[in-house]
Amino acid sequence: MVKYIIKRLLLAVLILFGVSVLLYFLLRLMPGNYIIEKFSPAIGQGNMTAEDLKNIMAMYGYDLKLFTNEAGDIIDFQVNNSLGNIFAGYFKWLGNFFKGDMGVSFKYQIPVEDVITDKMGISFSISLVSLIIEVLIAIPIGIKCACNQYGKFDYTTTVICMTLMSFPSFFLGNMFIKLFAVDLGWFEMGGLNSPILPQDADFFTRFGDTIWHLILPITVMVLLDVGSLMRYTRTNTLEVLNADYIRTARAKGLSEGKVVYKHVFRNTLIPLVTVLASTLPMLFGGAMITETVFDIPGIGQATYAALQEGDVPLAMSYNMFIAVLTVIGTLLADLMYAVVDPRIKLGK
Amino acid sequence: MEENTEVKTEAVNTAPAGGNFNDNLHGENLTERAKVLSPSATVAKRFFRSKLSVIGLTALIVLFLFSFIGPLFSPWKANGGTAKDYDTIVPIGTYKAFEYTGPDGQVYEAYDIVIDDNLLPYNSLGQPSGKHWLGTDKEGNDVLTRLMYGGRVSLTIGFVVVILETLLGVLLGGVAGYFGKWVDQLIMRIVDVLSCIPTLPIMLILGATLDSLGIVTISKLYYMMLVITLIGWAGTARLVRGQILSLREQEFMLAAKCSGLSTAKKIFKHLLPNVIPQLIVTMTLGLGSVILMEATLGFLGIGAPVGTATWGNIIYLANDSIYRNYYPNLWLGSGICITLAILAFNFVGDGLRDAFDPKMKR
Repeated sequence: MVKYIIKRLLLAVLILFGVSVLLYFLLRLMPGNYIIEKFSPAIGQGNMTAEDLKNIMAMYGYDLKLFTNEAGDIIDFQVNNSLGNIFAGYFKWLGNFFKGDMGVSFKYQIPVEDVITDKMGISFSISLVSLIIEVLIAIPIGIKCACNQYGKFDYTTTVICMTLMSFPSFFLGNMFIKLFAVDLGWFEMGGLNSPILPQDADFFTRFGDTIWHLILPITVMVLLDVGSLMRYTRTNTLEVLNADYIRTARAKGLSEGKVVYKHVFRNTLIPLVTVLASTLPMLFGGAMITETVFDIPGIGQATYAALQEGDVPLAMSYNMFIAVLTVIGTLLADLMYAVVDPRIKLGK
Repeated sequence: MEENTEVKTEAVNTAPAGGNFNDNLHGENLTERAKVLSPSATVAKRFFRSKLSVIGLTALIVLFLFSFIGPLFSPWKANGGTAKDYDTIVPIGTYKAFEYTGPDGQVYEAYDIVIDDNLLPYNSLGQPSGKHWLGTDKEGNDVLTRLMYGGRVSLTIGFVVVILETLLGVLLGGVAGYFGKWVDQLIMRIVDVLSCIPTLPIMLILGATLDSLGIVTISKLYYMMLVITLIGWAGTARLVRGQILSLREQEFMLAAKCSGLSTAKKIFKHLLPNVIPQLIVTMTLGLGSVILMEATLGFLGIGAPVGTATWGNIIYLANDSIYRNYYPNLWLGSGICITLAILAFNFVGDGLRDAFDPKMKR
């Protein structure tokens, strides 16, 4: 077991290395360098020289090519994107990364890890609440569907689940805003707090207001994701129901309720644990589109804005963060599988 | 209810067989007694027995007809998805009458003329009417006609992506599963890396890059879909590899080995056909997810260039809170089309999965 974990962890390092190389190259292809755009006016006004810019860029692992005319004046500059330079930049990033320095976000002007920790709280709370609600809805209904396979209830639930799974998040979100916030006026259109909330409002008023704002986004997230979880539960329960030990349980005269709640339910949870482990990236990474639609200042929205403005350090760190979570999620899923089901042997 | 139809078909099939049983003991008329269905016919029969798959298939046919035949019936014919309405004359300026008391004490009727630069000489932002069932957008295009043209791009782009993805996935997954050892290790590590990469941020980067390279035609969408393919084959490869690993150990492969078949023949003739059912299901479900991807790219404004009619570009309008709140006719239709298409592909994919599954007794 320990050997297996160590092997997997070493493999994870290799995978993450590959991911980081790929991401760095892609990010270097990005046009509109934030630093150049920020300092170009200063250079134009003569407050700063192109050499200063070159030095600043070097701090971020970029090499700035300066073009001079015959008189020796710098007339133009361009980021040197030759292969060697990108590699040099990559190893600079990697070195800093191992030192725990992920760089300073161009857009927010604070260290990247601070941006991520600042913005992650709200994203995590929303995702966690949605996930809990999803599990609470999906498991009982999924089991009920499986117990009455092909019944009316099962059929209706399947159709509803598949319909919900087919909705694009932005469409459902915008429809909900239009319907419940604009037309009916029940909820707020977006954001976390009303602009009309007084500045000196106490914690509970503020908190209640935030909850009020979050009802729509959480509903949308639950509706979008509950379907797959429910169908997964249903499939697993069907498999469990066909197992020999369920027949044994019935044969020894247990009541149907006892069979379902004691034998089926527990065994259904085994594969679900692995599914929950693989939701890790979603849990911490935020929902980029839902957050953008509902104007929630979470990590998803922050990264979306960062990517649009060419904020390389934040984009790089966020993508790596997601990749690390994905790797951990997969590893955790495999380990949990062995923990909850002793019949499974790891090591292959 | 479905249970009953099953019993009935069984009864019809077996009744004559039972009657003739004693007459043809020699087995000459075996084919007459038992109706033999080829595997594909069995799958088709099972597929069409499920109501949901039939609904999905019908919805797909309707959507394709809507997109490819629909524009022929639209009075707003145009190229490239623009269907401007110049017929309805909209005043460029508006005027407001007001009363003006002159210096002589008399009350005059005066006009305040406002020239609105935003109003254009075509029917801009028209409300739904008999002429325009879904109204017109800001550029005066008929929304319904644009929706039809949009479907042409959105519905077909998926096929290209899915077919390429499958080819790549089958090839690399097959090779990894068959050869094992370091080949498997290498390919599967690449698969691992690719499945750790978050797609949406990559697409955002790519969209910006392509813009800066000056690629602003529809080919921008094709390039993005190409990259989706290059990331997306990993899932197919994993599936194919897993299947081949288990199939490789079975007896028929031993037989193939004993007959001295070439490696290529063993892989493509004996191993892959066994994976095809799963592949078809994955491909069908994949078609839905490519439509979703195109729509997402469009919604974020990084997909096909602005102005090109695709479902994603049409729903992009919902980003604007004025359109979202007061002109739902502009984007609701495209959202419904996208959802319907994804749902239909999911229904069909699910139906196929059940139809292919030999363990399913229904």
